[in-house]
Amino acid sequence: MAEQAATDTSHAYPEASGLRSIAADFSSDRQAFRNVSWGKAMMWIFLLSDTFVFSCFLISYMTARMSTTVPWPNASEVFALTIGGVTLPLILIAIMTFVLISSSGTMAMAVNYAYRRDRRKTAILMLVTALLGAAFVGMQAFEWSKLIHEGVRPWSNAWGAAQFGSSFFMITGFHGTHVSFGVLFLLIVTRKVWRGDYDQERRGFFTSRRGNYESVEIMGLYWHFVDLVWVFIFAFFYLW
Amino acid sequence: MVDVPLGSTGVVAAPDVEDVELYHPHSWVTKYVFSQDAKIIAIQYSFVALSVGLIALVLSWLMRLQLGFPGVFSFIDANAYYQFITMHGMMMVVYVLTALFLGGFGNYLIPLMIGARDMVFPYVNMLSFWIYLLAVLILVASFFVPGGPTGAGWTLYPPQAITTGTPGGQEWGIILMLVSLMVFIIGFTMGGLNYVVTVLQARARGMTLMRMPLTVWGIFTASFMALLAFPALFVGAVMMLFDRTLGTSFFMPAMVEMGQPLDRNGGSPLLFQHLFWFFGHPEVYIVALPAFGIVSDLISTHARRNIFGYRMMVWALLAIGALSFIVWAHHMYVSGMNPYFGFFFATTTLIIAVPTAIKVYNWILTLWRGDIHLTVPMLFALAFIVTFVNGGLTGLFLGNVVVDVPLSDTMFVVAHFHMVMGVAPILVIFGAIYHWYPKVTGRMLNDGLGKLHFWVTFLGAYAIFFPMHYLGLIGIPRRYHDIADMAFVPPSAHTLNAFITIVALIVGAAQLVFVFNLFWSLRYGRVAGGNPWRATTLEWQTPETPPPHGNWGKDLPVVYRWAYDYSVPGADQDFLPQNQPGLTRAIPEPGHG
Repeated sequence: MAEQAATDTSHAYPEASGLRSIAADFSSDRQAFRNVSWGKAMMWIFLLSDTFVFSCFLISYMTARMSTTVPWPNASEVFALTIGGVTLPLILIAIMTFVLISSSGTMAMAVNYAYRRDRRKTAILMLVTALLGAAFVGMQAFEWSKLIHEGVRPWSNAWGAAQFGSSFFMITGFHGTHVSFGVLFLLIVTRKVWRGDYDQERRGFFTSRRGNYESVEIMGLYWHFVDLVWVFIFAFFYLW
Repeated sequence: MVDVPLGSTGVVAAPDVEDVELYHPHSWVTKYVFSQDAKIIAIQYSFVALSVGLIALVLSWLMRLQLGFPGVFSFIDANAYYQFITMHGMMMVVYVLTALFLGGFGNYLIPLMIGARDMVFPYVNMLSFWIYLLAVLILVASFFVPGGPTGAGWTLYPPQAITTGTPGGQEWGIILMLVSLMVFIIGFTMGGLNYVVTVLQARARGMTLMRMPLTVWGIFTASFMALLAFPALFVGAVMMLFDRTLGTSFFMPAMVEMGQPLDRNGGSPLLFQHLFWFFGHPEVYIVALPAFGIVSDLISTHARRNIFGYRMMVWALLAIGALSFIVWAHHMYVSGMNPYFGFFFATTTLIIAVPTAIKVYNWILTLWRGDIHLTVPMLFALAFIVTFVNGGLTGLFLGNVVVDVPLSDTMFVVAHFHMVMGVAPILVIFGAIYHWYPKVTGRMLNDGLGKLHFWVTFLGAYAIFFPMHYLGLIGIPRRYHDIADMAFVPPSAHTLNAFITIVALIVGAAQLVFVFNLFWSLRYGRVAGGNPWRATTLEWQTPETPPPHGNWGKDLPVVYRWAYDYSVPGADQDFLPQNQPGLTRAIPEPGHG
């Protein structure tokens, strides 16, 4: 009886807007974020935690840059490439950034098609995203090997402060690991989309939960986050 | 009795959510070993954490033997002493207290108290435990590697943590410690995300945030803080690991070692301290907030009184959680910071005393004219309040820059943090175990043994740590292996040290009574029944005790009231369970006028 009364109250409260609607959601039972699935809530909170990880890395890098007694190498010279006799500063980084930002675009389109239940287009767009991500990691590997050839090591380099190499390998390495894991999971989700797991609500191998197209969106949240982090790394490490 | 429909109490109903089906174990292994049931995971976490606690307890005995009777035990040389300090501190803070409160109590109590069937992602929750176990094994393995465990002190300050001369600094010890911490953080993140999302998104019908028991509030806030604080330690550990293994200089300034200049320069040792304490100070509250929450519930239940100022208690928890992120550098007054930093951090540190004091007053006002039952959990809860106030007051000394400077690195600091974040949370853990053991096992812990355990532990803890304040005030430094031959140390300090050691051995031995009680009562304890304390919260209203897989049988509970309806006038018993309809409350519910 009380159960009945409870179900009937939902329409008794008019839709509020703005801050009031946030307050209404937080004072409701069951869920603090209305209609947000468990997986999506968990990804958002994980990303908040991961933001703290990257913030700590970047702030540590800035502190190291301030505390070191030797001049900091000039990033636009170190990361310049000579193509056809023309030396272009930061050209590789610019291309990498372009590729990664583009992959965010294809990811967003994939999420859109996923909600239209368009299995084929979703899978193709996710595959493109994964390929762009892999291209990014590939270019990063090229950049690493170039610098290593030029004698940059985590403990020393020819142009100045040793912390330059330490921070470079640590931060881009940590970000590259994020991208690599992202590519791996993109491929896994792509396979599931392609095979129709989400249409048939096929159960997960480990979790035995039913599959759902929302996985594409959750994957997208992670991917956009990794891109956003790159923008900050680009600004603070390469442009500064 | 009038049946009050849920809507009339002002609850905005969330749209219907489909009940996510549960993972059902197929075999003995998936039921009890690789279990995805939060209750089993909780027991696994608690068992491992308590075992680590026993190791850390033995380490503290060994330290005390050296301090009380210097030179008598030849195997405790300076290196071993520092290794014992380091491992005791790190084990107790991270691998015992954090794991027990969040992994143990969090896993057991969150789903039961909010009326869920399990955590939101049971598989990830299971991984969390096994990764925690791996971290523990890596840590314990450092006792058996060449050079032994690290002796850098639990704060692991570089550069000394990774240089020659510090035990484990140029051997395996520090590497294993850092790797173990990183593994722990990964494992905790998996668990912590579960705890937070379960509280936010998986509550029972009628269970609004402002109807949750304070235990859940405490564990929830602490889990959220841990997700934001552990990243700093993670980053610090990664960087120090690179300094140690790759020869980078993040934390290493130019320095001379054994007469030879090292091939390092330009690093900032202070940076590590900032990273460490950005984790380390919230960590104090990650341990304290669950204790605050649990103690509120114990006091309310055993004094048969509604908690005083529930809404204020919740906001105080959140305020403490937020403030604890901007006080970290009060651990670094003597580290060589800009003096203006000291001014800022002393101010924020003293501000945090305000919400904390609100909580203490509310506990006392809850007890005021209550029907106090001096059960074992209640004894521990009362002991917590006294101890926490004691430890908090010495915190006021250490939070002020000018008073802190002469007291830094003396036994006064040791006494302060052992009172406030060692003894106080441990008392709550004991109280909570005595309180919830009947739900977990179906049997009561033995009362006589419990009271013996309580009195020896409570009085013993004061006999140990009160004299340490005095030792600190007369200038006895902490972390010194041997103070026997120092001219400024009066003979009375040596007598006092011997006294403290003897008491510490007795208190440690009393914990064996507790361990015995845990196992003995499993078989021979009095059968408890579903709700032996006549408590209101949902975990006591399960259809079976111990609660089965899925907790609630066929139907999920529906919540009609807050968690503190004790001694309501007009009710036919002195408590109203949260899932009992009818009878409006005498006192208006928080948030609804």
